[in-house]
Amino acid sequence: MPLTSQDPRIDLMYRLADDQLILGHRNSEWNGLGPILEEDIAFSSMAQDKLGHSLQMYSMLHALGEAEPDTVAFTRNAPQFHCCQLVELPIGEYDFSLTRHFLFDHAELLRFEALASSSYEPLAQVARKLRGELKYHALHANTWMKRLGTATEEAIERMQHSLNFTLPYALGIFEKTDAEPEIISSGLFVGEDELKSRWLESITKVLAQTALEMPEVTTLTPVFGGRHGQHTEFLQPLLDEMAEVFRLDPTADW
Amino acid sequence: MPVTIPDKAQILDWLQAVKDPEIPTISLIDLGVVRGVEVDEATGKVSVHLTPTFAGCPAMDYMKRDVERMLLAHGVPAVEVDISMREAWTSDMLTEAGRQALRQHKLSPPPVLGNQVLDLDFLEYAECPNCHGNNTELRTPFGATLCRAVHYCHDCRQLFEQFKPV
Repeated sequence: MPLTSQDPRIDLMYRLADDQLILGHRNSEWNGLGPILEEDIAFSSMAQDKLGHSLQMYSMLHALGEAEPDTVAFTRNAPQFHCCQLVELPIGEYDFSLTRHFLFDHAELLRFEALASSSYEPLAQVARKLRGELKYHALHANTWMKRLGTATEEAIERMQHSLNFTLPYALGIFEKTDAEPEIISSGLFVGEDELKSRWLESITKVLAQTALEMPEVTTLTPVFGGRHGQHTEFLQPLLDEMAEVFRLDPTADW
Repeated sequence: MPVTIPDKAQILDWLQAVKDPEIPTISLIDLGVVRGVEVDEATGKVSVHLTPTFAGCPAMDYMKRDVERMLLAHGVPAVEVDISMREAWTSDMLTEAGRQALRQHKLSPPPVLGNQVLDLDFLEYAECPNCHGNNTELRTPFGATLCRAVHYCHDCRQLFEQFKPV
């Protein structure tokens, strides 16, 4: 399948679906490893939500002529993926995973709130559903950012370090493709710039309730490339692991 | 012998016996996931439209299978079940009987949203299924299944599960 598509709907939905699939897989890696039981369950639940969301997107892509969801999810290699690099980074320590979850899911919630009035009705219908579910993701992230961002000196220092490290990757969420002008003019989506400004406002409000300092975003260099198939060394091993069963036996049930 | 084709009311009545695979007290009808039933009067074929409570709900395949089995067992000649979000589920689609069925299973039913925005107050509010009081606190928005949150009742000093408002 082509990396760049003529149809702006396909271009947009691949980016959404791949973000959800890859972050869903990363979240699932906390299963059995969470720092407390509730967090183990939370990250596993969000993994399940994200896989469900990506299945909705891949199903809509299939309706537009793309391959079956399983084929699309399990048979592409890293250069064919449209996810931002933020979602593919290893889970690292809990402070990083939490910070990534906070930065990503605020953007995701705002994105689907905007998509609820997309000119492409099938996408708008799904968005109206997913935005409700995403509120729980944002609520969860806010709770823990506030809790750890106002806790001990060590907690605050680690969260600040994670925030500084993760922000340039998070800015990569808003990397545009050639389809951007048409995506906006056709009313498909408000566009990445608008989303970014809503996102900055939203995360700044939460961070203001913590001891964490929001770095000056204009001085940061966004980590771009993911939307155009340029990925970190961490994506391909993830794909190999995710697709291991499918590649052994594409007809297997599991 | 002429074959009697069941009407929609009859189908809905039969579907009352199909319960949620994970909450055995509530029917799919009262859960609000059955969004439509059509009977083809010429062939007797029945179409049932389902919608998931949460997009990633792993129970949908079981619900689909249980609906098919139930109707085929009642002699319906052909059943078609589709799952879509044309009419996306919200927790306001739970019927009053459904809310009662959740309480029976010791699950707190979600507050009715009406025209209000799903904000933090809503997500954090829950009625204790034991004492019915609301001196409660959200402990974690993620529980044993995607549709459940975990709250704590300060009066009963017990954790309880809530069916999430969405």
